[in-house]
Amino acid sequence: MAHLQEAAVKQINEICERYKDEKTPLMMILSDIQKEYGYIPLEVQELVSEKTGISVAEIYGVVTFYSFFSLMPKGKYVIGCCLGTACYVKGAQQVIDKFSEILQIKPGETSADGMFTLDALRCIGACGIAPAVTINGKVYPKMTVDAVPGVIEEYRAMGGGL
Amino acid sequence: MKKIKNFDELNAAIAKCSKCMDAKFTGSDGKRHIVLCGGTGCLSSHSAEIKAEFEKIISEKNLGDKVTVNQVGCFGFCSQGPFVKIYPEDTLYRMVKLEDVADIVEHDIEKGEIVDRLLYVDPSTEAKITKQDEITFYKKQVRIALHGCGSINPENIDEALGAGAFKGLENALKMDRADVIKNILDSGLRGRGGGGFPTGRKWQFAYAQPDGEKYVVCNGDEGDPGAFMDRSILEGNPLAVIEGMMIAGYAIGAQNGYFYVRAEYPIAVNRLKIAIKQAESLGLIGDNILGTGFSFRVHIRLGAGAFVCGEETALLNSIEGQRGMPRPRPPFPAVKGLWQCPTIVNNVETLACVPYIMREGVAAFAKHGTEKSKGTKVFALGGKINNVGLVEVPMGTTLRELIYDIGGGIPHGKKFKAIQTGGPSGGCLTEADLDAEIDFDNLVAKGSMMGSGGAIVMDEDNCMVDVAKFYMEFIYDESCGKCSPCRIGTKRMLELLNKIVNGKATMEDLDALEKLAANVRSNSLCALGQTAPNPILSTLAHFRDEYVAHIVDKRCPAHVCKNLMVYSIDPEKCRKCSLCSKKCPVDAIHGVVGKEPYVIDTKKCIKCGMCMASCKFGAVEKK
Repeated sequence: MAHLQEAAVKQINEICERYKDEKTPLMMILSDIQKEYGYIPLEVQELVSEKTGISVAEIYGVVTFYSFFSLMPKGKYVIGCCLGTACYVKGAQQVIDKFSEILQIKPGETSADGMFTLDALRCIGACGIAPAVTINGKVYPKMTVDAVPGVIEEYRAMGGGL
Repeated sequence: MKKIKNFDELNAAIAKCSKCMDAKFTGSDGKRHIVLCGGTGCLSSHSAEIKAEFEKIISEKNLGDKVTVNQVGCFGFCSQGPFVKIYPEDTLYRMVKLEDVADIVEHDIEKGEIVDRLLYVDPSTEAKITKQDEITFYKKQVRIALHGCGSINPENIDEALGAGAFKGLENALKMDRADVIKNILDSGLRGRGGGGFPTGRKWQFAYAQPDGEKYVVCNGDEGDPGAFMDRSILEGNPLAVIEGMMIAGYAIGAQNGYFYVRAEYPIAVNRLKIAIKQAESLGLIGDNILGTGFSFRVHIRLGAGAFVCGEETALLNSIEGQRGMPRPRPPFPAVKGLWQCPTIVNNVETLACVPYIMREGVAAFAKHGTEKSKGTKVFALGGKINNVGLVEVPMGTTLRELIYDIGGGIPHGKKFKAIQTGGPSGGCLTEADLDAEIDFDNLVAKGSMMGSGGAIVMDEDNCMVDVAKFYMEFIYDESCGKCSPCRIGTKRMLELLNKIVNGKATMEDLDALEKLAANVRSNSLCALGQTAPNPILSTLAHFRDEYVAHIVDKRCPAHVCKNLMVYSIDPEKCRKCSLCSKKCPVDAIHGVVGKEPYVIDTKKCIKCGMCMASCKFGAVEKK
């Protein structure tokens, strides 16, 4: 547990405590940790194991099964391109390819400067505004390839990263 | 409001709230009411900012006591959003922008003049339409599962009560538990999540189990790409689904209900939480509900991005904090489900139909539909169709009505090619099937399935091999890996499809693909694996010639598959401006400015399409 800061240990304990009255709360605990820190590294899994009595192997199995949980940190801005059917038939593949090309990362990867993570999403149910892109929860409706550079610039201008 | 402790108090509350709602719709309270669509589609087009702008201008003009501003659930007509509706006139404005707000307040609210330019225009007659019900998109719809969606504020329980919430539960609680199940059986309600299994029968199985801990689970893991009906119901009228869950709980003898909702649906989850809290504060969820001795609690669990969790046994594993892998059946969940207790798993839309049946009666529900599929079905119309959105139609409506009358046909005068129903587990239906009546059995007979209700329209520009590959990529990616036919089979099928779209396949590969598809279908553990080959089998059944064109002629008839495309420049049309040559990222285009037409070196060309996009004279062609 050497890598974890005291504040993080405290907060993860709190998260585990939050659900102590729930039956089988592992998914809820992991969702909260993912939301709070953006990833669930092995040290954190060990801590959760200690608190809940669930083996690390089992926790690791769950973390790696679900696409929302990540072992690696995500970028400051997480770009999610919906590749649901409605978006796909309206050109979502070209949109994600453009993000990929400009940011020089493949879907699932994070840019070297820690600014952007590019994710391919399964349908987010926003089919009426296809193709849809979300960046940290903000939805960009009816995205086009031409609009991609501008959107990236918008976030670069806000700064951040490593 | 204070706690509602018995049937009389419930009815008094419903009567009071209905009066408020009526006053809003009829204008008898002397006020004007502005409502905005608060669905995911409209919110992303800034309907929340538009609402704030209305509130700001109304307060600046001191109109606060004469005008209300409210947010409601999804209107369904997503391609025309954001919507603003004004009661009591029932005027509907569409594609409203922030800068239109001042105009609406000044002209409509203050002077009573309709803002013409924001009205919906019927594309065929070009007439401007003022009221929602007069728009053809809405004309053929019947709202049962979507009851209250788009008319009530989902974050205000009073409005839900005004629309009759908990009346169905009251009627159920006054009945014997077995009679409630009989009502659901008689209504002919079948599972809306895809399977079409009779809901009442599922309930009967769980009811027949010995008393003890039992559970109701609502499957809100709407994973089919292109389907968003469950999201809209949860966003538009969450209490209807909660009420349906409670009726189910009473009927089977459960005291706890679990919602399993996709984490991708934050607005739905939030509204569900609010609805539960409000119902708890009124005593409508908790112990001794309405003084009947029936106790029920509602919990929410979130998914974490795994398509397979839409399969009911995988979903149960996920709630139990495990990897979302399906369990072998039997035992069925009705016998051993959540934490090994008898459990029924019902889809959101199914549960949303239950209060309607219990409130309005079996006959009111069963009068809609076909012999074996009663009631209505919500479809998410998407893809190459003019009116993208959510529609609820009686079972038995034809595909033609759905696509052309309600959906408004195919944009840009393109030709209809296929409609894909049932998501990755479903199949394609073509021109020849357009007059088929939509019901569970008919769609299966035609080689597709109802699924959860996603309906994606494809036109002549879509390559069906590419579509099959898209679905196979999805299923390969989402296969949980538990059983080898699905885990390995989907990967091998995807490899074969990739060979085909890259022009490297032989006719033997096509035979192998068909054989493999049949094996995956018959040997996989759960329904997701068993239906995984459907996109291939159904596109093969209708569009075999397209597969053959890719394999034998090395040609993609719809010009979609990149590696089979060839770009060329028509020397007659080329104005020798050199723009394409400058734009080409790999320096594959050569010519002489003003003298010689430009030519693409197909060996160097990476088919990025930049030349085609940059040419102002339409001289670049792809074949």
